[in-house]
Amino acid sequence: MALKTDLVTLNIGPHHPSTHGVFRMRVTLDGEMVREVEPMFGYLHRGLEKLAEGRTYTQIIPFTDRLDYVSSMQGNWGYCLAVETLAGIEVPERAEYIRMIVSELQRMINHMLAVGFFITDLGAMQTPFLLMFREREKLVDLYEMLCGQRFLYNYMRIGGVSHDLPPEFFPAVTKFMDEFPSYFQEFEDLLIGNEIIQARAIGTGVISAEQAINYSMSGPCLRAANVDWDLRRDAPYSIYDRFKFDVITGKNGDNWDRYRVRMEEVMQSYGIVQQALEQLQEVPPGPVKAKVPNLLRPPVGEVYVAIEAPKGEMGFYIVSDGSIAPYRWHVRSPDFINLGALRDMAIGSKIADLIATLASIDICLGSVDR
Amino acid sequence: MSLKPVGIGLMQGLFVVFKHATRKRITEQYPEERLTVSRRTRAQELVWDPGLCTGCATCVKACPQGNLKVTTSVGPNNNYIVEKFENDEGRCIFCGLCVEACPYEALFFGRRYERSQYSRGELIADKDEMSGDDKERSAYFRPDLYDDLPEQTLLIYRKHKKII
Repeated sequence: MALKTDLVTLNIGPHHPSTHGVFRMRVTLDGEMVREVEPMFGYLHRGLEKLAEGRTYTQIIPFTDRLDYVSSMQGNWGYCLAVETLAGIEVPERAEYIRMIVSELQRMINHMLAVGFFITDLGAMQTPFLLMFREREKLVDLYEMLCGQRFLYNYMRIGGVSHDLPPEFFPAVTKFMDEFPSYFQEFEDLLIGNEIIQARAIGTGVISAEQAINYSMSGPCLRAANVDWDLRRDAPYSIYDRFKFDVITGKNGDNWDRYRVRMEEVMQSYGIVQQALEQLQEVPPGPVKAKVPNLLRPPVGEVYVAIEAPKGEMGFYIVSDGSIAPYRWHVRSPDFINLGALRDMAIGSKIADLIATLASIDICLGSVDR
Repeated sequence: MSLKPVGIGLMQGLFVVFKHATRKRITEQYPEERLTVSRRTRAQELVWDPGLCTGCATCVKACPQGNLKVTTSVGPNNNYIVEKFENDEGRCIFCGLCVEACPYEALFFGRRYERSQYSRGELIADKDEMSGDDKERSAYFRPDLYDDLPEQTLLIYRKHKKII
């Protein structure tokens, strides 16, 4: 006997633990099956792009922390790189290495947190999440040593970084690098064989390579859909051409592939940090910031610079009219664009898989809403 | 991927959990036990040195929030006398650009982080509050102070402790 059911409209969010911030979805349900998803955002909109128009180029750097607050260092880097390209500023080599080390450590933090949240949203209470949080805490301690704060770093400056690495940074980071693989293996033992995670993640939230490209997705979500694209290799910025690393791709573009791509990228970033630390030993100590005037006036023009942030291609578009403040500042935030594909990934799945799919995209509402 | 007999992966995971169940704690019991913050900490207050400040207001120009308020008058030797120096710590984002900008090194970060108040008005720090003698100064952009400050506690060196 066929049951007669009505469609039910359900609001998930904006204040819901599984929405990773203040994100709201209006979901139309047929029983347990998702028929329509309508993402709504803007609850964390602060108008950073408009606010930046009245501020000098240096004063915008704290705002880039608040874009993607899980990986603030990468936001700093993308913005500083854009202004340096616009103004033609040369960054000292030592500063390039420091930027590389802190940013790749940040990518490890971001991916570990993303996987932790994803597993939590699958229903594994907090154990895997807290194991990842412990590793993050060690790195966050190092960032505090470096720049004074644990979360919103404001560490990079136009033309370099604000401080040199303190002397006690090297023993601490070396100890972290020695211990990390064994702890990382612990996560893998904990999660990879788990049948519940496999049953929940394999084959859910599938997106094809063609769809992913059409949605302009980037980062681990795109690579999980078997598109071999990484800005660090394909359009190398800074000094990425000096490092060896693999670009990890998935096969099917499902939640499992996105989880695996992130976990393997952590180890690739680990390799990059190790190479950078070795190469930094040969760089003589010197200035870590180029000579840049306090009130920088870049020449009239516009620039778009994109970096491979942990969540995808983070681009900064700056229009300068020759004054001390940008005429227009636009951020291409990767998670906003990846979020567009949520509807196609989720329609036809169950509501529990919708939550898992949202977590596997790895959004940060700070950069979705800006 | 072919599924193994159901249960083996789960047991492997539980084994990792049980390894942690017997170890000692590495966290601190906050109000009783305290960690030392970083030497370059950007904690939740600014410290102002009235002897060094000339009232040039470079910090005001550097602040992205427009948060610092400085009022000066002209003194007898044609110098500035600072009449008002205020920071609204409820609106401050603690980015540190004012400390970085100060040409006379008269502005510092403090090392205190317990700054809750009952109303926003109490968070506005005025001249006397910012220049108090009991203030510890952070070495953020003040490298001279770096070596005198206590070493930061790092989780990576933390020894496991007995569970109380």
